[in-house]
Amino acid sequence: MVLSPNDKSNVKAVFGKIGGQAEAYGAETLERMFATYPQTKTYFPHFDLGKGSAQVKGHGKKVAAALVEAANHVDDIAGALSKLSDLHAQKLRVDPVNFKLLGQCFLVVVASHNPSLLTPEVHASLDKFLCAVGTVLTAKYR
Amino acid sequence: MVHWSAEEKQLIASVWGKVNVEECGAEALARLLIVYPWTQRFFSNFGNLSSPTAIIGNPKVRAHGKKVLTSFGEAVKNLDNIKGTYSKLSELHCEKLHVDPENFRLLGDILIIVLASHFGRDFTPACQFAWQKLVGVVAHALAHKYH
Repeated sequence: MVLSPNDKSNVKAVFGKIGGQAEAYGAETLERMFATYPQTKTYFPHFDLGKGSAQVKGHGKKVAAALVEAANHVDDIAGALSKLSDLHAQKLRVDPVNFKLLGQCFLVVVASHNPSLLTPEVHASLDKFLCAVGTVLTAKYR
Repeated sequence: MVHWSAEEKQLIASVWGKVNVEECGAEALARLLIVYPWTQRFFSNFGNLSSPTAIIGNPKVRAHGKKVLTSFGEAVKNLDNIKGTYSKLSELHCEKLHVDPENFRLLGDILIIVLASHFGRDFTPACQFAWQKLVGVVAHALAHKYH
């Protein structure tokens, strides 16, 4: 699945609008993912996953930063996330199905905070982008 | 039989009570056809689906979206027997409509996003949990009679 020029500009626009809120969105994405899909918690046995957890906030910041990086290099997501891709393949080995779950929660966060931003076209582009990120992060799994 | 906690039932009912079924149904179906364009394969007789604008304005999409979400309301009213509620619809989707059950999951996820966009912060993580559970149960029930 290929991101069209329109998709790329929609993605850049979304992250441009989100701006400094990205970190908070990242934290809320994780909070929603752990609440909605409890099986995702199995990857964080070492975390305090309670409400307001500093660890979840910190990790959400990292996740958001990676999405922002990918959006800023939307012409070469694989290049931008190459190190993260290695990390996921060699160390983290998060089952590929979970990237979809994270993506769904990120879309919910954007929709709930910014409904006017997530038009159907932008929704489509962002969904494609999140799929592409998931694909890159699992590309070296085998 | 699916177990619903009192909290889950309350969260489902309270959201559903505020849903404009016609608007949300139309929006959910339109977004499905836009975000996952391959789903248009089931609607070749719906006329113009050539662009997001065409899809959103398409009266057949709106009408069918309303029909689908109205049917969803049956699940909300019969949380303790969703399989039974959708038994005939499941047979229909398999034998007549030939719809891959994966499409029910896709529509369910889209519905969640539509609800989030309408309810904002009121669509809390707990709400999302209850509703993702519900759409999953509905998808499962619609696939149950497939053979």
